[in-house]
Amino acid sequence: MTPSNAAAPLPDSGQGTPNTAIDGQDLQGGGWSDRAYDALLTAFALCVPLLLVLLIVALTMAAWPALKQFGFGFLTSSDWDPAAEHFGAAPAIYGTIVSSVIALVIATPLAIGVAIFVAEFAPRWLRQPIGFLIDLLAAIPSVVYGLWGIFVLVPALRETVMPFLRDTLHLGATPFFSGPAYGPSMLAAGVVLAIMILPYISSVSREVLLAVPRSQREAALALGATRWEAIVGAVLPFARSGIIGGIILGLGRALGETMAVTMVIGNRHEIAASLFAPGYTIASLIANEFAEASGDMHLSALMAVGFVLFVITLLVNFVARWLVWQTSGGTRKVG
Amino acid sequence: MSGVSLTEQVVREPIPERPTGVGVPGTPGLIDASAFSFWYGKKQALYEITMGIQARSITAFIGPSGCGKSTFLRSINRLNELIPGTRHEGKIFLDDADIYARGTDVVALRQRTGMVFQRWNCFPKSIYENVAFGPRINGETDRAKLDEVVEGALRRAALWDEVKDRLRESAIGLSGGQQQRLCIARALANDPEVLLMDEPCSALDPIATQRIEELLVELKRELTIVIVTHNMQQAARVSDRTAFFFMGRLIEIGNTAELFTSPREAQTEAYITGRFG
Repeated sequence: MTPSNAAAPLPDSGQGTPNTAIDGQDLQGGGWSDRAYDALLTAFALCVPLLLVLLIVALTMAAWPALKQFGFGFLTSSDWDPAAEHFGAAPAIYGTIVSSVIALVIATPLAIGVAIFVAEFAPRWLRQPIGFLIDLLAAIPSVVYGLWGIFVLVPALRETVMPFLRDTLHLGATPFFSGPAYGPSMLAAGVVLAIMILPYISSVSREVLLAVPRSQREAALALGATRWEAIVGAVLPFARSGIIGGIILGLGRALGETMAVTMVIGNRHEIAASLFAPGYTIASLIANEFAEASGDMHLSALMAVGFVLFVITLLVNFVARWLVWQTSGGTRKVG
Repeated sequence: MSGVSLTEQVVREPIPERPTGVGVPGTPGLIDASAFSFWYGKKQALYEITMGIQARSITAFIGPSGCGKSTFLRSINRLNELIPGTRHEGKIFLDDADIYARGTDVVALRQRTGMVFQRWNCFPKSIYENVAFGPRINGETDRAKLDEVVEGALRRAALWDEVKDRLRESAIGLSGGQQQRLCIARALANDPEVLLMDEPCSALDPIATQRIEELLVELKRELTIVIVTHNMQQAARVSDRTAFFFMGRLIEIGNTAELFTSPREAQTEAYITGRFG
């Protein structure tokens, strides 16, 4: 070690006690100000979970009359009749899940492809602009997506994409792509959602890919991997849990998205196999009917679908945690 | 910094050494560099390195941080050219073939020159999959053949007995020394002629270091080993020849015993006696 190097640590070590002493003693045995600070921060930290608990309690209480009256049938019945005060949320639950799945199926490969390009292949000067423009997709207000959906996407789907899928590709033989092309449809909602969640999946994946240690890439390349083999064999597996996290984040967005979906999905309370047919989602159902809900049971039924949506997103998050936990398998320890 | 004025002497020409022909003729793994220079952007990292590395021997690169020894090591398998903005001049030959010649198959070159890094970088996969990575990307799909290659490589890396019962477990659960030997096994699975090691023991405890050093002496019977090290005792212990790098230049290369006991250059002496670095 050169003298100049050796001199560098001196100012630090000159302060005497190592850091552990500061952590251990001062915080525990400190004066009243430390204790007040401690209590304040604890209160802040408890506030947020408390809010969540209150939310769950309020939602459950408001939803209770409807859940008690309709029981399990609330989830399975397709009959939503405010006049007769009979409520079944199956089409909205189905539509919420199907539109989100369509969105994931379209957005995931695109987003990961973009992330791989930006993180691995794009020249340095192109990285920033592409990343920025994709992130910008997340900044567009939902209602603008809805308008674009109504005036551009829905006509395009109705006149070009749907006939192409049904007739040219002969997918009309399957129930999913058959029937008349309405325009406002489950497919339209899925496509709008795909565009909306793409930036989330893409930017999380990009960050995760960029965070993969260079040593992992070099290990693969030094073994004679091509760049593509290094990405598939070493970089993507290392980044897998993070990418799954990004996909779940996107799914969470898609499940709860309201305005844009409401504007293009057609809002029909019916389960149809064809993706060309209109549908409904929980979020758009609540948005459409809440203001006009008159009867107590109607209000309670809307609260109950809200509760169902909450449970779905909760489940998605638990599954995500589990997946991330499964796939990470101690990757953090790799240097 | 005392005694020898280094910057003045560094300007001197490197020791000319006619590289071609050292080592056992006809043995694969002979490396010759001829006036090889390297730049990171505008910064020149290597100045006309000319040296021969004997086949079936251990050559140690020593020198202070930033002296270019790692850069030169990583030029032998062309790993440095992945960094944008780098360029080189001069030539490096592996078995008389210019590795920077147009049309060189870099993938094949890297399979012939295995590399072990300073910080073990096992993939977060099973022990088996780590070793099988190289053969797999070379297109080996036959299960029995892969099993054989994996076992062979782990045996050569002196790791087989420790891991044979848990090949399916994650490599990340192994100790540091075991992970580093797994990285060696992973490189050996490609059956390389050359093993390039970039400070392979700098993050290991003395016992793990000793195991790796014993392994190197074992491996040099079949491989050409080039090892970059900060640890001069290590260089003295394991290597047959030692090259001293300083500020991007090769100051001296010679038999390890000679270089450590009677260095020709004042800078080498200053470094090995601990007057700088």
